[in-house]
Amino acid sequence: MLYNQPSPLEVKVLTRRFGLPDSQSLDTYLATEGFQGFRRALEMKPEEIIGEVMASNLRGRGGAGFPAGMKWSFVPRASSKPKYIVVNGDEGEPGTCKDRLLIENDPHQLIEGMLIAALAVGAAAGYIYIRGEYRRLIEIMDRAIAEAYRKGYLGENILGSGLRFDVYTHSGAGSYECGEESALLESLEGRRGVPRIRPPFPAVAGAFQCPTVLNNVETLCAVPAILRDGGAAFAALGTPKNGGTRLFCLSGHINKPGVYELPMGFNLLRMIDEVGGGVWKGKKLKAVIPGGSSCPILKASECDLAMDFDTVAKARSMLGSGGVVVLDEDTSIVSLATRVMRFYQHESCGWCVPCREGTTWLRKLLERFHAGHGTLADIDLMGDLARNMLGRTFCPLGDAAAMPMISYVEKFRGEFEEYLNRTPGGPLGRVTIDG
Amino acid sequence: MADLVRLTIDGKPVEAPAGTLVIEAARCIGVEIPAFCYYPGLSLQAACRMCLVEVERAPKLLASCTLPVAENMVVRTDTPAVKQARRSMIEFLLTNHPLDCPVCDKGGECELQDMVFRYGAGESRFSEVKQHVEEKRFSPIVFFDAPRCVLCYRCVRICNEGLGVRALGIVNRGVASEIGPNRGDRLECDECGACIDICPVGALTSGIYRYQTRPWEMQHVGTICTFCANGCKTTLGVRNHRIIRGNNRDRSGINGEFLCIKGRYAFDFVHSEERLQTPLLRVNGELQPVSWSRALAAVAEKFTEVKARGGKFGVIGSNHTTNEENYFLQKFARQALGTGNIDHQRTGDVATLLGCTRSLATVADLYSTKAALVVGSDLAQQHPLYAFQLRANWRHHQARVYTVTEGPVREDQYSAGRARVQRGEELAGVERLREQLKAEPELVILFGDAIQGEAVRKLVAFGDSLGIPVKYVCLLDYSNSRGAADMGLTPEPGGGLTLPEMLAAWDLDVLWVVGANPLKNGELAADGAFVVVQDLFLTETARRADVVLPAASAYEKSGTVTSATGEVQALRAALKVMGAKPDLEIFGLIAREMGIDLGVAMPEAVFEEIRQTVRGYNVPLPVIAAGGAAQALAPEAPVAAAGRADLAESARNTLFTSGTLGRYSKALNSVEEAPGGLYR
Amino acid sequence: MTFSPELETRLETLMRSCPPGREASALIPMLLYAQDETGALTSEVVEEVARRLGITPLQADEVISYYSMLRRRPAGRHHLQICTNVSCMLRGGQELYGHACKRLGIRNHEVTADGEFSLEEAECLGACSWAPAMLVNYDYHQDMTPEKLDRLIDSLEKKH
Ligand SMILES: Cc1cc2nc3c(=O)[nH]c(=O)nc-3n(C[C@H](O)[C@H](O)[C@H](O)COP(=O)(O)O)c2cc1C
Ligand code: SF4
Ligand code: FES
Repeated sequence: MLYNQPSPLEVKVLTRRFGLPDSQSLDTYLATEGFQGFRRALEMKPEEIIGEVMASNLRGRGGAGFPAGMKWSFVPRASSKPKYIVVNGDEGEPGTCKDRLLIENDPHQLIEGMLIAALAVGAAAGYIYIRGEYRRLIEIMDRAIAEAYRKGYLGENILGSGLRFDVYTHSGAGSYECGEESALLESLEGRRGVPRIRPPFPAVAGAFQCPTVLNNVETLCAVPAILRDGGAAFAALGTPKNGGTRLFCLSGHINKPGVYELPMGFNLLRMIDEVGGGVWKGKKLKAVIPGGSSCPILKASECDLAMDFDTVAKARSMLGSGGVVVLDEDTSIVSLATRVMRFYQHESCGWCVPCREGTTWLRKLLERFHAGHGTLADIDLMGDLARNMLGRTFCPLGDAAAMPMISYVEKFRGEFEEYLNRTPGGPLGRVTIDG
Repeated sequence: MADLVRLTIDGKPVEAPAGTLVIEAARCIGVEIPAFCYYPGLSLQAACRMCLVEVERAPKLLASCTLPVAENMVVRTDTPAVKQARRSMIEFLLTNHPLDCPVCDKGGECELQDMVFRYGAGESRFSEVKQHVEEKRFSPIVFFDAPRCVLCYRCVRICNEGLGVRALGIVNRGVASEIGPNRGDRLECDECGACIDICPVGALTSGIYRYQTRPWEMQHVGTICTFCANGCKTTLGVRNHRIIRGNNRDRSGINGEFLCIKGRYAFDFVHSEERLQTPLLRVNGELQPVSWSRALAAVAEKFTEVKARGGKFGVIGSNHTTNEENYFLQKFARQALGTGNIDHQRTGDVATLLGCTRSLATVADLYSTKAALVVGSDLAQQHPLYAFQLRANWRHHQARVYTVTEGPVREDQYSAGRARVQRGEELAGVERLREQLKAEPELVILFGDAIQGEAVRKLVAFGDSLGIPVKYVCLLDYSNSRGAADMGLTPEPGGGLTLPEMLAAWDLDVLWVVGANPLKNGELAADGAFVVVQDLFLTETARRADVVLPAASAYEKSGTVTSATGEVQALRAALKVMGAKPDLEIFGLIAREMGIDLGVAMPEAVFEEIRQTVRGYNVPLPVIAAGGAAQALAPEAPVAAAGRADLAESARNTLFTSGTLGRYSKALNSVEEAPGGLYR
Repeated sequence: MTFSPELETRLETLMRSCPPGREASALIPMLLYAQDETGALTSEVVEEVARRLGITPLQADEVISYYSMLRRRPAGRHHLQICTNVSCMLRGGQELYGHACKRLGIRNHEVTADGEFSLEEAECLGACSWAPAMLVNYDYHQDMTPEKLDRLIDSLEKKH
């Protein structure tokens, strides 16, 4: 299932089976080097598997970019408790639609990634947490899991190795916050999506209070190729410390929106122009959200940069989840800010004061401002409130709301000021909070 | 002891055991870190973010309520960044909070109000529309006003963790989150009000107290609850001789922050319209109001006459009057009336227990013992403080609690072992747990009225056979059941009549009943007996009386009472009710009227006599005077069991019933859960 | 309270996928699957699920009221979720949503009088690159326009 034409500039590692006939089936998977990484891993010691992943410079694709191999190495080897692999398929970050394709097109790749992680840390079972709206994906995954069981790739004595590993899907039910790893674990255990106090981190006390590896779908989907072709080969595809390729989701005001697998460090302007076919309708580029709505915005002038975690961080934004949102010259930053804040306010779990009250205040303020009832003082207040949230909330959702807000006001202050003189309106006329 | 960790807070060196939270370490050296959600003894939340501090080398402020101390850690709570963070948190909190402190029920004792005062943000930049939600009535006792709630979850945690009732939860998400009750729109719970007391703001308020007064208009009198034998301290808020509130904010009693519905709300029997406020005398077959002097004269005349002709007296004392009153009454009976027919309603066989062991547990022991065994009692329903203590002990110290009961009990939620038995088979159930109990380092055994006489001796023998230190609690029912037994409200050995024997004696000349209602279920055989009753209400017994003297309740007098664990504590008079007199004063007046000298009928003087003459009661005065509890020591040598063990019978009180007093409490009878049994 | 055999099997599988003693972990998917069959999480359904998992109805309610897909009252037979979040907004998601309101005569979280349609202004649905996008129950419709929406609603109307 492909919803956009591939680009010739793509480097297809994780997406290599996309578009193949019957790409969801185990037969297709096996026919295209499927489970070779796992077979190699079976011959290796756990430390060697982790070493290979470390060498690949694979960094978490869920947003934070934490080195995957290092995360695995934190799982206490000696623990007597069962260990778990938990896959984060909550995919809620606005601008992001890639995990969906990975599951839809190649579910066995994910199973293989989980199996390798299980070997590396000694896990006995895995849970794939998928957002509730993705019901069809859960069905696809369930079928793939059943097939893998039937053919001896899951369950007892996998491929005669003596390994036992079970995989289950687990549905969410509508909550962005459940993508945050500790809130996800709470949800997995049947509770409200409220994050946990950390430490302890999931590696030590995760699912059911047992040691757990928790990774994004895409992160684990990269693992089979790493074990198959070697960590070094994967690392070589990207830039230093940013191994491999990643699935960039191009959306917004662009001619050829779509999900494209590109090497880490791919230049953002090139991505927009050459992969995405340029800004739509012949308009000029105004700004880009480089990694989902939680990331500070980049002005057009800041967009000539390599899309890897470190370079984007140096530009005081984040590579995030790979959601590249392109904004043309006509985009109203005030509308954007209002819509983004509405989202975080709607999704704030309500646990801590600064996030719960801060997002609500900001949303009300922005909706009023947007409706044409703003004042100059409001502009300072927006930035101030966001700074009062930043770094002080219980979990990073508060930061995810505050960081972009700060960037909008800092980088587009003039536009907010100008907005005061304009007739209000635009696509966001409503000022109610009906959350 | 855990290793000590050294760190500095605001430049001051601190040493604290590993694992101590920075917020606690700071409190130890007098540095107050503000917090809403942090509450000692409950699980951690880190939700209010008031407790953020600066830690050297940490990239951002950290929540000190979840931060364990670390060697050489450098913490600052007084920097501009910390102060600014606190101000901004308060500003956030106030955005949706009504700013109507003058009319808020919590005004004057609101933690949010105090925080604004101390840490700023008096002026808000918030000019948006506030979220409005209507106030809800969860029960006649519990009201919830969502906009005032700061979502600290203290109420949810005290209910779930502290009580094990799980009646409160959090519903909705984000800014719409609010506290929800377990029956959709209402509560079914212990109605203990712990949630209300623990709420830092005016979100949870009490249907009993709300909107009647400002806290500073009340006098706060710490006294001992007059209902069950657990001996909780309750602080009565009194204005113009009316009790408006009961709570336990100072936590100075053996009950810490705990109170059940009775201690917190059932004080209202004091103001019942049915309180007797004038003496009654039977004239021409009818009880009629008369003056105190006429009533006392009638009593004295009769007592003197019957005594002179060697007639038969029966004296029944109370298990919620004070030690001083009980002592004085038995002295009156023995010395002035010359009778040994003295008794009270016995609710447990403490006499036999005292006869075979000196090893008695205190309420504090219930919180510290490594293991406890509950025999034949539904603790959470009948002895709520003890249930609370054991649960806290399990939560904080992983204590192991075992139960031997007829049916399911709340302790099952966490008990380490249990035996279900028919009533009467308890000892067999205990025996089944022997191996587990033997492996414990120590044990406290709490037992109810099913264990009497020989069974008590067998239970103690079982305890002795375990080879570990064992302490005991005999579960009794009323606020001074234990004191009644200790003070000698028991028949004179060898001849004194027991309570049922008095009722059955056809030739009884006088029956004197003080604070008891034996005719509720019983009948008086002696038709011609002259009956004198001292009570608060016209009970079944009072209706049969020839003279009824209106008595003051425990909340209207001073003196001491002894809890089931033998802890002696002082009452403090909180108010006066017109017309009623403390029983001790009444005894003194009768004695004077009869022209006899039994010593000064004043609580202090009588207590001094008790300390010198009653075995085990030589307790330290300063402790009691200062509002503390002192355990009456078990007698040096086991005493012979007084009276008959088989008379011990629990009153089967639950959280919502308590003899006569409970019947006259509107609060107790207004809740849906009353009269108990409906609910577990 | 009885469920269909398919749902029973599903619920059993869910409970079995949890470690022993941790069956309550299955709560959220169990509620969602039950809701799919019963239309809404009525007190009866909630009590049944809570009973099976050994939790209190309040514990279930804490969860139901938290998750946006779980609902106490039924949605329409066709539940339309139209994304108006950033990527969709930039390509007409707001207008699409406004069009649906007009066409169906209902607003956010409302159900048409005949119970056929309900509408929800959705947060990001994970279809950003094919915006604007919407869901009808669990099926995606991407690269939408008001005209395509009209045709979609027409065809859904015909279906019954
Ligand atoms: C508010 C919030 C939402 C998140 N949502 C997602 C998500 O939908 N999917 C995801 O994989 N990670 C999400 N994350 C990141 C996870 O917390 C976690 O870092 C990630 O799943 C770890 O996997 P990785 O190391 O493979 O990236 C979110 C984080 C936050 C703070
Ligand atoms: S009602 Fe009171 S105690 Fe409960 S969460 Fe709200 S503020 Fe805290
Ligand atoms: S006390 Fe630390 S966050 Fe509330």
